[in-house]
Amino acid sequence: MIEKEAAEKITDTMVKFIDYTGKCLPDDVRGKLDELSRQETIPLAKIIYDTMMKNQKLAIDLDRPSCQDTGAIQFFIKCGAKFPYIGELPALLKDATMRATKAAPLRHNCVETFDEYNTGKNVGTDIPSIFWDIIPDTDKLDINTYMAGGGCSLPGKAMVLMPGEGYEGVTKFVLDQMTTYGLNACPPLLVGVGIGTSVEVAAVLSKKALMRPLGSHNKNARAAEMEKLLEEGINKIGLGPQGLMGKNSVMGVHIENAARHPSVIGVAVNVGCWSHRRGHIVFDRELNYVIDSHSGVNF
Amino acid sequence: MDKKILTTPIQAEDLEDINVGDIIYLNGYITTCRDVAHRRLIEEKRDLPIDIRGGAILHAGPIIRTLDEDKYEMVSVGPTTSMRMEKFEEEFIKKTGVRLIVGKGGMGKGTMAGCQKYKALHVVFPAGCAVVAAKCVEYIESAKWKDLGMPETLWTCKVKEFGPLIVSIDTHGRNLFEENKIIYDKRKDEAYKEICKHVSFIK
Repeated sequence: MIEKEAAEKITDTMVKFIDYTGKCLPDDVRGKLDELSRQETIPLAKIIYDTMMKNQKLAIDLDRPSCQDTGAIQFFIKCGAKFPYIGELPALLKDATMRATKAAPLRHNCVETFDEYNTGKNVGTDIPSIFWDIIPDTDKLDINTYMAGGGCSLPGKAMVLMPGEGYEGVTKFVLDQMTTYGLNACPPLLVGVGIGTSVEVAAVLSKKALMRPLGSHNKNARAAEMEKLLEEGINKIGLGPQGLMGKNSVMGVHIENAARHPSVIGVAVNVGCWSHRRGHIVFDRELNYVIDSHSGVNF
Repeated sequence: MDKKILTTPIQAEDLEDINVGDIIYLNGYITTCRDVAHRRLIEEKRDLPIDIRGGAILHAGPIIRTLDEDKYEMVSVGPTTSMRMEKFEEEFIKKTGVRLIVGKGGMGKGTMAGCQKYKALHVVFPAGCAVVAAKCVEYIESAKWKDLGMPETLWTCKVKEFGPLIVSIDTHGRNLFEENKIIYDKRKDEAYKEICKHVSFIK
């Protein structure tokens, strides 16, 4: 494929995919919300869940973004070193974001810092954000798209603990964030926890944790156990939908971890709101693509 | 039970029988008003470009489609985190005479004091339900302070049965989120103790 044609094909597909992910939640999130709503017995919680379900149906029927905060657009990319269009990706993802802003339409969520003006296009300095992992010896392009809303970005926090505080300290750090900021961030939440050496390592991992499908587990048995313990523990707090009390608090807890310096435990928490607008698309070198986050996508 | 519907302009007496946890709806006018508008009024000491005495504000930044010059369509609108406006809200209520503050999540002591003193409510519209909310908007009456961009412009909307609105702060000094937080904190301490039994990985 000649380069210009290829770039147009990726851009066009990404415009449609970004637009779509703002209107339809991924299969795993829809399934989980359905499961959680059926467990509710408190009338207020049931009314809120009913409103959420009604909203998601209306969004598809009327072809509108289901939440007005369509976020700052973020891409988490695992790009094969042999993917032929790797160098074009930053420019074309920016272009796709700009075009999706008009097509969807998306809310204008890019304010240039210090100059403090809204660009009105959802693109600006380092927005959309692109997080790269280069994968040697493959020719595939794997993209998670994410709409980082203001509400669910607000509880984000990272800090470095001393080893003496241990995983007990990690537990406290996560739980404290749930009852202070988490309850305002549109529960039931997806909670991402990152563990490593310094804050930026932990922070990026905590966000990558949110890109994992619901129901997946950390491959380390202890980390997976801690995911389960935190999920059960946070659910027992009973934040309910909108933080207004209910049977559960979260859709899941995901931990992503790196090794650490012996003197520190870097920890970060990031949350996704109930309207967790993640999309997953994988292109091969011929630009055939597979979308596994949303069944029934047709464009 | 009949739907409890408030209509703007709202009188102080209309709010007397309303308590935290109640569900109400709104008829009349509501204006989106968030971070920068609050700063302009309180810190910059500028007057709001519209009169909202007896009216309603919505902590929200909508998605708007421009149809024509000064003609707009509400595409999606839902509440944003109210707590960001907490530092301004008591003074905001006092200065503007607003009676209904619609947002998401709880608000703090200043808003509680403002709601009790000047007779206003803070209510929650289920967040993320932006198409349900947009469907309650009959039309957009005006757009002010457009220099702030789409999310921060003051969009005044004519609404019909806008809701469900869950009362989080009433005029009697009660605050649903703060009351719930006491319960959440207690449960959190129990959860912490339980988890700590199983995570002593450093030894």
